[in-house]
Amino acid sequence: MTDQQTFITSCCAITPRGAKKDGKWVLENKEGEGADLFLASVYQHLGVDYPKFYKMDHLCQLGFLSVELLLNGRQIASEYGPENVGFVFSNANSSLDADLRYFESVKNIPSPAQFVYTLPNIVIGELSIRHGCKGENAFFVSESFDVDLLWFYVQDLISRRRLQACICGWIDCLDDDFKALVYLVESRTSNTELPFDTERICKIYNES
Amino acid sequence: MADLKKQIIAQLNLKNLEPDNIGDDQPLFNEGLGLDSIDALELIVLLQQDYKIKLTNAEEGQQVFRSVRTMAQYIMDHQPGSK
Repeated sequence: MTDQQTFITSCCAITPRGAKKDGKWVLENKEGEGADLFLASVYQHLGVDYPKFYKMDHLCQLGFLSVELLLNGRQIASEYGPENVGFVFSNANSSLDADLRYFESVKNIPSPAQFVYTLPNIVIGELSIRHGCKGENAFFVSESFDVDLLWFYVQDLISRRRLQACICGWIDCLDDDFKALVYLVESRTSNTELPFDTERICKIYNES
Repeated sequence: MADLKKQIIAQLNLKNLEPDNIGDDQPLFNEGLGLDSIDALELIVLLQQDYKIKLTNAEEGQQVFRSVRTMAQYIMDHQPGSK
């Protein structure tokens, strides 16, 4: 399998400015709402019925919403088989947003529900349950978006036929500073989509 | 019981529910409200934090958290000074 057969077939971003899919605004945050309100607005805008959303920490909510937007009802685990679809993400603040909230709760009686989210890869667990995916996954923590690592890791998984599709990107939040940029990489014979390479990933990241 | 329902909604972050959506005798877990094991821990925290009641027996918890009514009854029976 070569690079030419791996494509970015869709991408989306959620930032304090709004939510975008494939470069087009889906919902702008004109009121400048903080993470709590704006993420709830995106959830309502998407019309998703998933009550557990409200129990998630902001990092999971960001991951959940960006992947909902990305897949838009597409049953990707059924298309490729659950073991052939994976998740590879990265961020800078790990689960610090939830860690700080949990630290605050420890001063009184610790909240078990907040403790659940004191690891960044819980996002992947939530997404795996939601979309029925059981393939390889990883959540890297680095100061900035390491495009070379994200490209190599995913390309290697696909080249070695461990995955046929992978949802990748950057999902980060701390207080009201948040950014999710996720893209879907698929191994296909079609060449109508964006080729999966570091240049394309950088472009998508910078435009988000 | 209306106040207790509000407390449950706040403690468990059930933003999709109003107190009226929760029946007095509706099961809180499984086929009822669909709460999970983490929610059970949060309910234990609620009892301790808001009512100073410590629940240490897991089997007792299954009875206490059967519904809002059983929870309210347990609170009334165990609040400091109730006996």
